[in-house]
Amino acid sequence: MQDFAHSFTLAGELIVSGNEDLAEIIALSMRVTATALGISALIGLPFGAILAVSRFPGRGAITVLANALMGLPPVVVGLSVYMLLSNAGPLGPLQLLYTPTAMIIAQAVLITPIIIALTRQVIADLNAEYADTFHSLVVPWHTAVGALLWDARFSLITVLLAGFGRAVAEVGAVMIVGGNINHVTRMMTTAIALETSRGDLALALALGMVLLLIALAVNGAVAFLRGTERSAAHA
Amino acid sequence: MSLFKRLAAGVVAIGLTVGASAAAFAADKFIVVQSTTSTQNSGLLDYILPKFQKKSGIEVRVVAVGTGQALKNAANGDGDVLLVHAKPAEEKFVADGFGVKRFDVMYNDFVIVGPKNDPAGIKGMTDVTAALKKIADSKAIFASRGDDSGTHKKERALWKQTGIDPTAASGDWYRETGSGMGATLNAAAGMGAYTMSDRATWLAFKNKDALEILTQGDDRLFNQYGVMLVNPEKHPNVKAEAGQEFIDWLIGAEGQKAIASYKVDGEQLFFPNAKGSASN
Repeated sequence: MQDFAHSFTLAGELIVSGNEDLAEIIALSMRVTATALGISALIGLPFGAILAVSRFPGRGAITVLANALMGLPPVVVGLSVYMLLSNAGPLGPLQLLYTPTAMIIAQAVLITPIIIALTRQVIADLNAEYADTFHSLVVPWHTAVGALLWDARFSLITVLLAGFGRAVAEVGAVMIVGGNINHVTRMMTTAIALETSRGDLALALALGMVLLLIALAVNGAVAFLRGTERSAAHA
Repeated sequence: MSLFKRLAAGVVAIGLTVGASAAAFAADKFIVVQSTTSTQNSGLLDYILPKFQKKSGIEVRVVAVGTGQALKNAANGDGDVLLVHAKPAEEKFVADGFGVKRFDVMYNDFVIVGPKNDPAGIKGMTDVTAALKKIADSKAIFASRGDDSGTHKKERALWKQTGIDPTAASGDWYRETGSGMGATLNAAAGMGAYTMSDRATWLAFKNKDALEILTQGDDRLFNQYGVMLVNPEKHPNVKAEAGQEFIDWLIGAEGQKAIASYKVDGEQLFFPNAKGSASN
């Protein structure tokens, strides 16, 4: 049990000391996850919305597939991306393996289905309310998708936060495609795994607490922005 | 500015930063070394690599995985140099044309660690196969790496010498963790199990808990590390020149001295034994 108390103190010390290595690791984690989230949002939001409002054959199957892929095991994603990017694989000449870009790809693959599936549900619910209005005003479908995405923006931010949470906490995929290389591809989660394997459980847990704090800070910042936006909308 | 514009601006800014830093990485001279968890977990590489980088200007990026995975990754051309500890597998790697030439680098030894109350009664034994036999006979829990790593290959070879097939009791007293040395030591500490570890990982390991070294000193526990360049004829992307420079440094006077001077709690972890170009 003293490990928990020790970890708390250690986490506090790590943050206060402004440790350069830790700052580098946190910055990399944030950059990789934010970029992966940006890519996933660009693909997932419109795709999810279109899936919600349009009617085409196979739509049900795609929805089921997207929902199922929310449970993609990170290690499988990591392995697949590794085999694609490996020098023995089809994308080997790009020389992306063991770079932050490889980790961005893995995380984007991991969370895009989550963004698609949750966006589809949010937009489908809202569309049920709006459908009659769209129909009577003869609104073209792309205008409708735009309006739905905009009006659902607060729910969609929660969708993006879910994607962020999944990506930032993930270790299996980035370990394989990033290689946990010091100063190049070492992230919060891979550093935690490394310290665990070194038997330094207190330091590993302290790093975990720092990661949790970061997730709290990100969610807090979004909640704050959301608050100012709401008050601006009502002003 | 709307929330979405702000978010979008943030994402773009981050994207640009990542792009810029990726370009900065690409400008530097670096090699990728596929190595084992023991060299990283023990802290050896963190200690000697800055010395090499200072001298050569070459950054060494280490991917530390089990020897089995390191061999596979290197065979795929995902690395320039291979630094592992499973001599027969390394020799096969070179014979199959994946590696250029293998050099001895350093050695340490394996130890059998176990719970301090030692239910199998192997404390102080120096005959490792006799100790393993006692563990099997008493059905005391033994945690095996079970991951085809260098340590696992060695452990299997030792079991073979005892004439016992422990995998018949897999899931019973023989527990295959399927993970790295550190994770297996954590598991052994948690289960009160015996396990075999390389001495370097053990000495640097901080969660020793109720474990201690019980059997050591058998010649058969010798643990040799080798280094080789991934064959540029198989994989043209291999940075042969920089990779060879690293190998030459590692088996040369400076690298060997750096290895010998690495100590944890005053104890030397690795013993250099390169024979220069005459090795193998």
